[in-house]
Amino acid sequence: MPKSFPQDSVGLVSPTLYKFDEELELRSGKVLKRFELMVETYGELNAERSNAILICHALSGDHHAAGYHSADDQKAGWWDTCIGPGKPIDTNRFYVVSLNNLGGCAGSTGPVSTNPDTGKPYGPDFPVVTVRDWVKSQKMLMERLGIEKWAAVAGGSLGGMQVLRWAISYPQCLHNAIVIAAAPKLSAQNIAFNEVARHSITSDPNFHQGRYLEHNTLPKQGLMLARMVGHITYLSDSAMRAKFGKSIAEFEAQGTNFGRDLRTGKLSFGFNVDFQVESYLHYQGERFSENFDANTYLLMTKALDYFDPSVDYDGDLSKAFANSDCRFLVMSFSTDWRFPPERSKELVNSLLKAGKDVSYLEIDADEGHDAFLLPVPRYLNALSAFLGKVHEEVCSHAS
Amino acid sequence: MRPDQEIIAQWIEPGSKVLDLGCGDGSLLHFLNSTRNVSSIGLEIDEVNIEKCIRNGVNVIEQNIDHGLSNFQSNSFDTALLAQTLQALSNPHLLIDEMLRIANRGIVTFPNFGNWKSRMYLSLRGRMPVSKFMPHQWYDTPNIHFCTVKDFDALCREKKIRVLERTVVDSRHQGNWAMKAWPNFLGEIAIYHISRK
Repeated sequence: MPKSFPQDSVGLVSPTLYKFDEELELRSGKVLKRFELMVETYGELNAERSNAILICHALSGDHHAAGYHSADDQKAGWWDTCIGPGKPIDTNRFYVVSLNNLGGCAGSTGPVSTNPDTGKPYGPDFPVVTVRDWVKSQKMLMERLGIEKWAAVAGGSLGGMQVLRWAISYPQCLHNAIVIAAAPKLSAQNIAFNEVARHSITSDPNFHQGRYLEHNTLPKQGLMLARMVGHITYLSDSAMRAKFGKSIAEFEAQGTNFGRDLRTGKLSFGFNVDFQVESYLHYQGERFSENFDANTYLLMTKALDYFDPSVDYDGDLSKAFANSDCRFLVMSFSTDWRFPPERSKELVNSLLKAGKDVSYLEIDADEGHDAFLLPVPRYLNALSAFLGKVHEEVCSHAS
Repeated sequence: MRPDQEIIAQWIEPGSKVLDLGCGDGSLLHFLNSTRNVSSIGLEIDEVNIEKCIRNGVNVIEQNIDHGLSNFQSNSFDTALLAQTLQALSNPHLLIDEMLRIANRGIVTFPNFGNWKSRMYLSLRGRMPVSKFMPHQWYDTPNIHFCTVKDFDALCREKKIRVLERTVVDSRHQGNWAMKAWPNFLGEIAIYHISRK
């Protein structure tokens, strides 16, 4: 019996593979002779082709942003909170396009794909791709889909950086840019965390210089550790406290000591798991290491590190936006310490300096960086309000 | 549109750049955007108002103007508005300086404490004036820096700020000849159009 999906879900979805036989010259100077992109779409493209929204994914995301792949699917797509009928990115109004970026491991050409030159998986030979390269390939996808201008391009974190690149490189191709929990470039601290993640992968004995697939193995320990470190940076201290601590009131009621609230049970006085946060990180890390490609993780973190559109403009980000013609919505979350509100404000100030149409919201939320994936009411309401106006302005000629 | 907002709108050049400090629900900017074709940004801290601005298509930045405006470039706007906010600021005189650094012209509106009703209230009752228009008690009022028309004139003189126009209206935002003659006594809301000398 087919399971029924929630009313505001896009329901059962399936991806489509788009093949590109054109060359793609990358920022590094290397060339991909041909490539494929795995794409999901939700909603209907209107006759004017004016209601399309592009979704850009973050570090470990992919094309599966909303809905379910099968009736037994336990988890919906990564941005299901925001995408669906009646949701902020309303699929009754918009045609939503979401893809797996180049270098990914969910179907688009990447390190696990076969290298046409060798007949073996690319592995470490897959060229380092940048945000600019991704956006270039997204532009080719846009042309393939017959879309001339996106009603909006939206993304959080690394996804937000792709949105900025769209506004800089293809200013005539988008009406609105929605940049959530992002930064104009990485801080030394951000890069440091990425380097720890990379080092944990490359120092795994099963890494084999990135040719683990040829050795029929996976650097699971390294990838697990990388994910554990990453995960800590996605959550705020208070979010961890809420997630892994019992309430102090509970202990007071029992008349027991404080300080036991984070424990799973009795202390082992060994190096086993004593605290709930430990078992959570182990679980998350392990699950991730079984489903994600280590070389892709290396590539994605490198794309993050390299992102800095101001380098082409004497370090002045506002100059990068000189030709941008879209309206910007920038949002940050109060407890996000990976890309804190200050980083979004830097971006907003550059946009103000460039004289652009910009709105900025600093959303009070306890969930840290992860908040952009979660149902934070003020965030969802603002996104709804903004896209309601977008629909009125750029799509309503259809009716 | 409220009469005071109509007065403000008349002072805005079509197609100019407007910064509204404390833009509320964005209704004035929405009006200016559609009737004067201005390009505008509003600053606001109230969440409900910010969402209304976004719903109205008004650019709004969540920013507390009491924490300064150093993120705005000098001469980057034609007009900076400060409507009914002056009295709630920690350092109103510094904000006026900042307004005229960022924009060539400023428009400031504030409740005139020199109005006869305030004077009567204080002199007859001996207590801080409370009215329908200004309903707060002295201890919980957001309005911490009340001034009169004469006070503001004096500040402008002191700062060598040129007053291009000055008008006053009552709490229903209507003006008349008597208010023109005795602004500090009869006006309830003062509206100033100012610029650097």
